[in-house]
Formats: sequence, C-alpha cells, structure tokens
Amino acid sequence: MKVTIDGHTIDVEAGTTVLEAARAIGGPSVPPTMCYYSKLKDCGGKCRCCLVEISKGSERDPRPMPKLQPSCVTAVQDGMEVKSATSPKALDARRAVSEFLLINHPLDCPVCDQAGECDLQNLAYGNKNFKTRYKEERRTFEPEDIGPYIQLHMNRCVLCYRCVKLADQLTPERVHGVIGRGDHAQISTYISKAIDNDFSGNMIDVCPVGALTDKTFRFESRVWFNKPYNAHRDCPTCSGKVTLWMFGDKVQRVTGRKDVYHEVDEFICNDCRFHHKNAEDWVIEGPRKFEKPSVLNINNYIRPLKKVHIDADELILEGREQDEKKISMPAIPYDAVELEAIKEVKEE
Amino acid sequence: MAIENISLSGRKTAVSNKEMTFWERLYFIAIIKGMMITIKHFFSRKVTVQYPEQKREYSPVYRGQHVLMRDEEGRERCTACGLCALACPAEAITMKAAERTKEEMNLYREEKYAAIYEINMLRCIFCGLCEEACPKDAIYLTKSQKHVKPDVTRQSFIYGKDKLVISVEDGKSGKYAGLKPIQNKELN
Repeated sequence: MKVTIDGHTIDVEAGTTVLEAARAIGGPSVPPTMCYYSKLKDCGGKCRCCLVEISKGSERDPRPMPKLQPSCVTAVQDGMEVKSATSPKALDARRAVSEFLLINHPLDCPVCDQAGECDLQNLAYGNKNFKTRYKEERRTFEPEDIGPYIQLHMNRCVLCYRCVKLADQLTPERVHGVIGRGDHAQISTYISKAIDNDFSGNMIDVCPVGALTDKTFRFESRVWFNKPYNAHRDCPTCSGKVTLWMFGDKVQRVTGRKDVYHEVDEFICNDCRFHHKNAEDWVIEGPRKFEKPSVLNINNYIRPLKKVHIDADELILEGREQDEKKISMPAIPYDAVELEAIKEVKEE
Repeated sequence: MAIENISLSGRKTAVSNKEMTFWERLYFIAIIKGMMITIKHFFSRKVTVQYPEQKREYSPVYRGQHVLMRDEEGRERCTACGLCALACPAEAITMKAAERTKEEMNLYREEKYAAIYEINMLRCIFCGLCEEACPKDAIYLTKSQKHVKPDVTRQSFIYGKDKLVISVEDGKSGKYAGLKPIQNKELN
C-alpha cells in the first residue's frame, strides 16, 4: 500500500498504522506520542498528541477525512495522503493537546527524576508554548506507596495507560490499574498491595513522565550527569541487555535499552534492574549514543581523541641561523646536554 | 598620501624650530593658561573615594560571590536540580541531593534538597550563567555584594553550603530580596 506523508511516499503493508509509516520515513514528520508504545498491543489513541490531517482518504475514496485523526490507531489505506508537520491545523491541535496535558501537571521538573528524558518535557518544548492559561488549582493526590522499588507520583501522571497495558501483557496477573473516573482517575493498586512481579520494573521504562520512577535511583543524581553504557549479563529470567548509567565507576541505575522513540528494545527483569549495581556484575560493551540535541549527551565524548600535532618551525627550539647572525651569536647557545634534550623532545 | 602626513589620532602637529617672541619667552600667558586648567579641576566632581571609610556603590549587574537563598519562611530554596552545574561552563559546581524528611519541613522548601553544594571558586569565572539557569531563584551572584577573598590554600576556595547559604534571619527579613537582577526582568 502506498501512503504519502508530508510529500514522502512509502510502500507499507496493509494494517500498518499511519504513525508506523511516518516512523519508517523518519525526520520531522514523525508525530510525537505519549501513550502509544509499539512494543505493547492496543496501546494508543488516548493522548491525542499524534493527531494528523488526512487530506486524501484513499485512492478509491479521495475525500479528505473531516477531522484530524490519531495516527497511532489509524490504519493506512492505499493512496492515502497525510499531512503531519506540514499541516498547521494538526500542529495547532497538538499544541492544544499538550496544553491540556500540562493543566494538571505539577511542573516540578527540578525535583523530578525523569527530567532530561521526559516525553512530556520534549512535547512541551517542541510546541514552544511556555505560558499557562490555567488559573484553577491543580489536581493533587495523596502520596501512595506501591512497593520497595517503584515510586509513584500520581500528580505527574498523564493517564497514558502504558503501565497498565504492560502489566496485562507481560505478567500473568496485574495488581495495579486505573481507579476512578474523569478527573479522579488515578493509577493505584488494590488496597495498596505492593507490586512485586519479576518484571514490574519495566513500568518505570514505559512511563513517559515521572509518575513511575526508580526508588533505588531516587534523587541519586540527575540523569544527564551519568554516562550511559550498553552492558549485558547472563541473566536466567531476561535477556540481560541493559543500559548502565554510570557516574565514575559507580552504577547509578540500570534501564532497558531505549530506541529513538524512547521505547525499550527488550524488557528486563527486576533482578537486573534493582539488584546489580556493581560494575563487576556487567560486561560493558561501550558508550551509548543518543539523539544529538538531548541533554543526556552533555560531556559524553564518545569519539576517541586524536593526538594533537603542532605544525611548528623545524628549528623552533634552537633558533634560526639568520637570527643567530642578527643578534651576533657565534654559535648555538646550548651545550651538549641541552642539545640532547632538544633532540629528545623533537623525536617525541 | 605619504606616511608622514597621516595622522590616525587627528592630533598630529608638525614640530618647528621657530624662535619665540619676547612675550612668549616670558611664559606669562602660558603659565596663566596652565593654571586655569589646574583651577578648573578644583570645582569639578571628585573621582577619588576615601576607601575604608567610604565605599563605592555596586553596579546592579556586578557579579561577586554566590549566595544560596532562603525564602521568607527561612527555608532553603535550592532543590539540587543540577541546572546550575549543567549551565556552568567552568564546571565549578557540584552537588548531591537528598530527600527531605518530615522533621525538615521547615528547613527545605521542596521534597528534594542539596545535601552537599560546592562551588570551586578557583574554577568559577563569575559569568552568572548559574543564576540565569536557576528555576527556583536559589543562586545569585548579583545580590551578595561580597568578593571571594584571596587565600593561600586551594582547599579553602571550595565553598560549601556553610559559606554560601544565607542566614535564616537574612532570609526572613528579605535582606537580599530587594535587589532584583536586571537581566531576568525583561525575559519574564
């Protein structure tokens, strides 16, 4: 099936979503996502961040779709024409959506451990709208303890349902879910039952905001001060392929390996994530690259430095012959030992 | 134009060996002219300051030693978000965060605070980027009106929280609050 997104035509299989087609093209036409997660089934259509304008429905029915469509749950049709980054209507709608998402967000980025790798920060920053028009009091929840490894900050949650879908699809029985409706909807557990599944830590990785964060890394360091390394270990429960966030020789935290859309390649187990904080436990493969404008790249020099060669005058240490004559020096003003030292320096 | 005729300053005058007249040789008029210049300065504004007794006012954009602010209730404003350390081009700032306990509610403003906050004054170039980066109005160079004093050991230039945080009384009385920095005003 041929689909054209922002003027780029691509051939995709039937059943592909518009978002996946846009990701196959890449570049600025990829819509931002908050709730969609390609590794999870039925995940998407909730946040409306990925709205696109469909200017031509299909080859058979070329009428444009009357409203903006969420690209993550809209399947492509043959001959479909989509405007993503080139549609002012869609960009306007996305800006409005991000403003809605920020209505109840506490904006405590200086305190939040997710700051620096937060999808909501990227979304708000990408929309370049830094003013709030909301005057009412923000929605707040009582802090709740959901276990020894995961910190829940319900105030920061954008209700993307990713963690719920993850628990449904990865583990046999989930103990947390969304309780309440509308403004009162919140992620919670059955009567504060602790989440203790082997793979529950992946909730941290799928959470687009700082609602679910690593308790063992809580306030340890800001994410951009750590250097990420690809590492692996022989783990009986999971693949053991992780990203280590190191400060010096110290492993500050362990996460899954995330791709450019901040989606983990493989889910890792709690044992790898929370209990192996020694560098000796891991086989470090090498430094991990991030997209160029990310704050995580600060001070991470991944290329080896070349030795600087100074292209200087051959006789820079001894002085040139014509200068010797000018200042009426009879000969080179060095004794044999000094000449030897000069020779050594030059040979280096 | 020949090189000897060019005057970059515009004040070049040719020197001549012309013989002076009788009046010129008396130097009477020249002395009067010179005295006029001297006397004129008696009535102009004095530029010197009698330093230890009299101190010159700081410019509003003067940048001196950093201070870590407290709010009106005397709680520390810094939340150890690390943006000052990130903005610092000289990498002079280091910090370590800690979580506030229930008993410390009156000491720290937010959930997280800086347990260790150090500025290496030998590295610091007093550019003021930390002040600009701070989202919590916690660090200021423009308000302290203090200098970093010279010393003989390197260790003494690493200023910890003991030297940087203002006293609780200063925070409550709003001693530093009055002097608003100029650069942020227009942005907000």
